[in-house]
Amino acid sequence: MRKGKKIQKLSVVFCTFVYIFLFLPISVIVVNSFNATTTKPYMSWKGFTLEWYAKLWENTSLLESFGNTMIIAVVSTCLATAVGTLAAVGMYRYKFKGKGLIDGLLYIPVVIPEIVLGISLLTIFAQVNIPRGMLTLILAHVTFCIPFVIFNVRARLYGYDNSVEEASLDLGANRIVTFFKVTLPILSPGILGGALLAFTLSIDDVIISYFVYGQTKTYPLKVMESVKSGVAPDVNALSTLILIGTILFVVLTQGDFFKKKRLQED
Amino acid sequence: MGKIVELDGVNKVYGSNHVVKDLNLYVEEGEFLTLLGSSGCGKTTTLRMIAGFEEPTTGSIKVEGDSVEEKEPFERNVNTVFQSYALFPHMTIFDNIAYGLKIKKVKKEEIKERVLAMMDLVQLNGFEKRYPSQLSGGQKQRVAIARALINRPKVLLLDEPLGALDLKLRKQMQLELKRLQKKLNITFIYVTHDQEEALTMSDRIAVMHDGVIDQLATPTEIYEHPKTKFVATFIGETNIYDGCVTSIKDGIANVTLENGVVSVACPEDFSILEYASVSVRPEKMRFSSEPVEGFGLIAQVKDYVYVGSVLKCIVSLPNGNELKIERLAGQELPKIGSKCYPYWEPSDAVLIHNESHYIFEALNSIKLA
Amino acid sequence: MSGKKKSLEFSSNTLPAMVTVGPVVVIMTLLIAIPLIFVAVMSFCSIDEFYNIQFQFTADNYLRLANPDYVKIYVQSLFIAFFTTLLCILIGYPFSFVIARVKGKYKKILYMLVIIPFWTNSLIRIYGWRSFLGTSGWLNSFLMKVHLIQEPLDLLYKNGTTILGMVYCLIPFMILPLYTAIEKLDDSLLEASSDLGAHPAKTFVNVVLPLTAGGIFSGSLMVFIPCLGYFFVSDILGGGNSDVIGNLIERQFQSGNNWPLGAALSIVLILVTLIIVKIYQRLGGDMDALGV
Repeated sequence: MRKGKKIQKLSVVFCTFVYIFLFLPISVIVVNSFNATTTKPYMSWKGFTLEWYAKLWENTSLLESFGNTMIIAVVSTCLATAVGTLAAVGMYRYKFKGKGLIDGLLYIPVVIPEIVLGISLLTIFAQVNIPRGMLTLILAHVTFCIPFVIFNVRARLYGYDNSVEEASLDLGANRIVTFFKVTLPILSPGILGGALLAFTLSIDDVIISYFVYGQTKTYPLKVMESVKSGVAPDVNALSTLILIGTILFVVLTQGDFFKKKRLQED
Repeated sequence: MGKIVELDGVNKVYGSNHVVKDLNLYVEEGEFLTLLGSSGCGKTTTLRMIAGFEEPTTGSIKVEGDSVEEKEPFERNVNTVFQSYALFPHMTIFDNIAYGLKIKKVKKEEIKERVLAMMDLVQLNGFEKRYPSQLSGGQKQRVAIARALINRPKVLLLDEPLGALDLKLRKQMQLELKRLQKKLNITFIYVTHDQEEALTMSDRIAVMHDGVIDQLATPTEIYEHPKTKFVATFIGETNIYDGCVTSIKDGIANVTLENGVVSVACPEDFSILEYASVSVRPEKMRFSSEPVEGFGLIAQVKDYVYVGSVLKCIVSLPNGNELKIERLAGQELPKIGSKCYPYWEPSDAVLIHNESHYIFEALNSIKLA
Repeated sequence: MSGKKKSLEFSSNTLPAMVTVGPVVVIMTLLIAIPLIFVAVMSFCSIDEFYNIQFQFTADNYLRLANPDYVKIYVQSLFIAFFTTLLCILIGYPFSFVIARVKGKYKKILYMLVIIPFWTNSLIRIYGWRSFLGTSGWLNSFLMKVHLIQEPLDLLYKNGTTILGMVYCLIPFMILPLYTAIEKLDDSLLEASSDLGAHPAKTFVNVVLPLTAGGIFSGSLMVFIPCLGYFFVSDILGGGNSDVIGNLIERQFQSGNNWPLGAALSIVLILVTLIIVKIYQRLGGDMDALGV
């Protein structure tokens, strides 16, 4: 036999190790959410319990922080997606002065360390006396999400055939109808990808939120607070539930994807 | 001339897909052999097994008498011209062509000399410093050929190398490739789905169909004496009908078709009452205004199509089937709608064993003489 | 504010351009450009005894940056970022190579398995590492139970632990661009190289590596720069022993309350970022390859 098989085995072993590395801390979280220990820092194993899942519902401040995170993520994803998609299309289509400047500004949130973005927003909010809270959090999240939406939509626009829009205009649709019936559906994979990325970035953001949150704590900030004294198992329980939720979401959407693909093959 | 490539009982199975079935094939040294067939017939897989990109499931492949199944592609003295050209986009044309020599650690001066000579041979002088993205399709093609030939392979494998070029360029490159092959006296194994290309360039053609070689012969032989119905229809245009051999006399068989009896030259391996197909090239077909002996076909002239040097005539038979007849332009022809009697020289038609044993209903109604 | 707007005058002055690009221009100007300029201004200010910012020009903050304690942390931060990037390449490259070249339906699943861990909050995952590596953590408990060790190993609060956490947090930013670059690689190029006599190792060096270098560059950029700012990783796993520049900035804005000094530190971080981006562009990196 040729050498290929040996290399194949080796690469399977290697990838398995990488996956173990990726999932190891998550399994710690999941296991600890069933840990019956009641003493800080909640590390040593004291037997199995479901108590933390029950206690989770009594921890209103934790649930509230999770609610805040979801509100901020949904609102800022929607805003960023709408503004970003419009801008991507506009920048692709129209020529105007200062386009290069906007382009440059868009790269800043992508490459610059988040902490710099966080403190710059903090200083400006403090300077113009905007009270920190839900509003500043949403403004901050929209700001760092927009470039990711624009870049995703733009990637889709590179392969975009302008003549389909001309065809739509030629067939009697006006510009607005054309935008909604032709442009938007064609760009939708890019828009969805950008929105998903924005949502992911928003729910996981610690650093930028850390500087602009005021009294409105998000779930990551709540975790950060508890990290100092040891993460309580009810935080682990919530994390486990979120993990199960995301996996279910992936399985459902991807399962759908596989079905569609099969239809196409037939 | 010896056998330079031999395939013996080669099979390739992907899962439940039997792509190449028990293939036996040899290629003579210095020969231009074409594997011809439609997509999915196993021709490219066969080529890739010779190159070493695929391993045969069973069977042996020999190059210059040595088994190569265990050898990696980089250990084989064969080179490939890829359908997509597969030029390295990050290297200049010079570096692309020099790649094989650099790998072999040939001296710098010699590399330069050989690359420039090769570029001269494929008429690419002055393109050394360009990148593949700056070349046209035809130029990329020449680079791909030069890159493979510079290693002086015993066998050059070409996988639909002209597929992406436009018609005019393709015709020109066909002649150039043939010229190169003659000049360098390298064995070419060429894969294509274009029958015209195969006929123009090859010393021998292997017509592949469904993982099997239907016929392996010279272009003339393949065109004039197709062995199977597939070969007859795949190579060139033809009129082909199924029937039954009803009599054989003096090397001429009478074959009863649905529309009547015809006469065909009969090879010795046919017998009376055998189901067979008759294939006649359009240019061999004739008309007559009166019935011809040995032919019972009656047709009506439906249409004329002018295609440059020839005129194509379409006639329809009583059951609705059509025959294509080619005439040189300018000849006198029956009018559209008029009755005619198609016939041909029995030696111009080919009788083909009909493996499918397809029995058409009308045959039952024919009273056998 | 108005000065900025003037330079953005629309030459075509068409309504659609205003409508589509306008909102982004406003947001990016108000929430990116102006705040950053303000930080630059602040870095030249001082504070009075009540921590109020005095808008009077001074270069003191920049002079204070040369403090040996700070210099030690810059060096340490660059060291951590460098090794994190290196490890991400060494782990991420072969891994991406394998999963990008898997054929069939498992490819999608393998890809999703890389993404899923990152939908769990990053802080809590880093905390998971602390639970795993701590003196009473899983690893030590296990090793003691099987009597491989008598005393728990001291694994936390070292540069190595911080690097581990950084690699863990940032490796997807290496894997994703590499995956994209490797997936684009045409199989026939590898076959052509092999066909022309190159051993797999040579094919890798001559063909695969140059054609996927773009992925390595953009991945490295996306790993190296955040690494300088991820203060929470060194907080949780480094316990103050392996601070990065981000920790210095965070301290000035939270407990230290010397915003102008924090601003000056941020400007340094911005300059480092700009230098790295310049290097990236010099190497032929495409800005559009970032963040997609």
